[in-house]
Amino acid sequence: MKEPSLRYQGRAWVLGDNISTDLLSPGHYVHDPMQTRLKHVLEAVRPDFAQGVGAGDIVVAGKNFGCGSSRESAPMHLKDLGVAGVIAESFARIFSRNAIAIGLPVLSCPSISSRVKDGEYIVFDLRAGEVILADGSRLKSERLPDQMLDVLAKGGIVPILEEIGRSMRS
Amino acid sequence: MTWAETILARKANRSHVDAGEYVVARPDAFMMHDIFAADVLELLEKSGIERINDPDCVTVVFDHMVPAPSEYAATHQRKARTLIRKYGIEHFFEGGRGICHQVMVEEGLVKPGDLVVATDSHTTTYGALGAVSAGIGSTEMAYALATGTLWFKVPETVLVWLENQWQDSVCGKDLILSLMKTIGSDSAQNRSLEFRGPGAAAMPLADRLTIANMGVEMGAKFALFPPQRESRGSGPYAHEYSLDLSRLEPMVALPHHVENVGPVADHQGLEMDQVFIGSCTNGRIEDLRDAQRILGGRHIAPHVRLIVTPASREIYRQALHEGILEDLIQAGAIIEGPGCGPCFGGHMGLLAAQERCLGTHNRNFQGRMGSLQAEIYLASPLTAAATALKGVLTDPRDVLGASQEVIQ
Ligand code: SF4
Repeated sequence: MKEPSLRYQGRAWVLGDNISTDLLSPGHYVHDPMQTRLKHVLEAVRPDFAQGVGAGDIVVAGKNFGCGSSRESAPMHLKDLGVAGVIAESFARIFSRNAIAIGLPVLSCPSISSRVKDGEYIVFDLRAGEVILADGSRLKSERLPDQMLDVLAKGGIVPILEEIGRSMRS
Repeated sequence: MTWAETILARKANRSHVDAGEYVVARPDAFMMHDIFAADVLELLEKSGIERINDPDCVTVVFDHMVPAPSEYAATHQRKARTLIRKYGIEHFFEGGRGICHQVMVEEGLVKPGDLVVATDSHTTTYGALGAVSAGIGSTEMAYALATGTLWFKVPETVLVWLENQWQDSVCGKDLILSLMKTIGSDSAQNRSLEFRGPGAAAMPLADRLTIANMGVEMGAKFALFPPQRESRGSGPYAHEYSLDLSRLEPMVALPHHVENVGPVADHQGLEMDQVFIGSCTNGRIEDLRDAQRILGGRHIAPHVRLIVTPASREIYRQALHEGILEDLIQAGAIIEGPGCGPCFGGHMGLLAAQERCLGTHNRNFQGRMGSLQAEIYLASPLTAAATALKGVLTDPRDVLGASQEVIQ
């Protein structure tokens, strides 16, 4: 079986430092229907985000992306809006774990937020551990271990759990 | 190796690991609370996984939304109870037993040298016992329960060397707040904090629990008090800091971030609408005794509401037995049942716009306790009690001095 490439190309949305889980998934709307919740993603810092973001777009951010609570809705909302992945200078620990668990690619790349312009088309490659900017320059980033790349290639932990479930039954 | 490396190596069946490596390890204990237990177990059920790896290592505690404040919470909890039975989880504690982290410690479900994961960010608390412990999300918990394993990135370690002893008017809360100010999240982010030195060796468990609990507010992955506390660990350490405990003074975190810390003495006189003494950070018997030290035989200021939430049923009973609850009720406090209470804005003590609350808990993010326009301040139980007494932010040393004169 051929391995999925884990290479993505898309339009960048550039955000700042300390984007919290409260900004990504405001606690205030937790009991609202999903469509309502998605409308409020990042509204406090990028009011145009939820409406404007399209399938395959890439979120680029500064330090400590996803800080705050352990809620999985934070990476899940980005995935539901069609975001292909997040490249940040650093991630809060639980956010990056949760993102991989639900199948949203994340990549740490120092100084990325000052190198990418908002709206620029960029490429990132998880297997190579690099980001390629519109002008062709390449930025090295931290390569995830193979085990996590496998999880992302499968689309997250849920398909793996289903496999385990099937093997338990047979 | 550092303590985090030692434990991760042991649980991954390796003789040596280095910071930066990823390992697959077998945790000794798994814990979920009422917010996530149903989600985790439902995911297992939907995936066709009919049994979990080792139900004996799994604990569920209902503490966040108890007694259920809404039909939504009641339904969610009912679903969780059915699944807890289905998966044969014996260590299940209903609402009223206490806050999950306190219950784990009281019930002896965590031991020094254990590796522990739980669906709560304040899982770092068990570092007080020398256990290596961290929070995870619900999908990862489902995987961990199904397989008994999970991946970990071995973190770099920061040594915090503690010298001398603190004075009577400060406690572990003032230490961690002051560390937040001096080290901050830049040095601690995703790292393991290792507390050692004579000050760590002599420190009571209650204070170690407070400090390890709040380590996560600095972004730390683990906050550890390794068992052989006297000896200097072997490292390697990414940074080393030294702190003289005798110089600590009462500290307060100002809105809206936990790193926004200053001495209480510099901010005295701010009017408060509510004071909250409780949470997994500072709701233990030692904290209630501190409140009694200041409020026994006195009454809180007329315009302040004082909410006291013992962290567990054991603490509640002990406080009842020692006459602490009687004194606090006489002083004008509302005593709530054991649980998270107003700590995360779930229920039982939310704030209106423009209100100010001083709490002994661990987070003061905007909107954490109700209105986005409310302000949350964080401090020690002594500072909280002194503030309830005066109705304005008060340095406990002022009030403690006065009470000693009265006694003489
Ligand atoms: S007391 Fe507060 S911080 Fe502790 S577990 Fe409960 S909600 Fe979380």
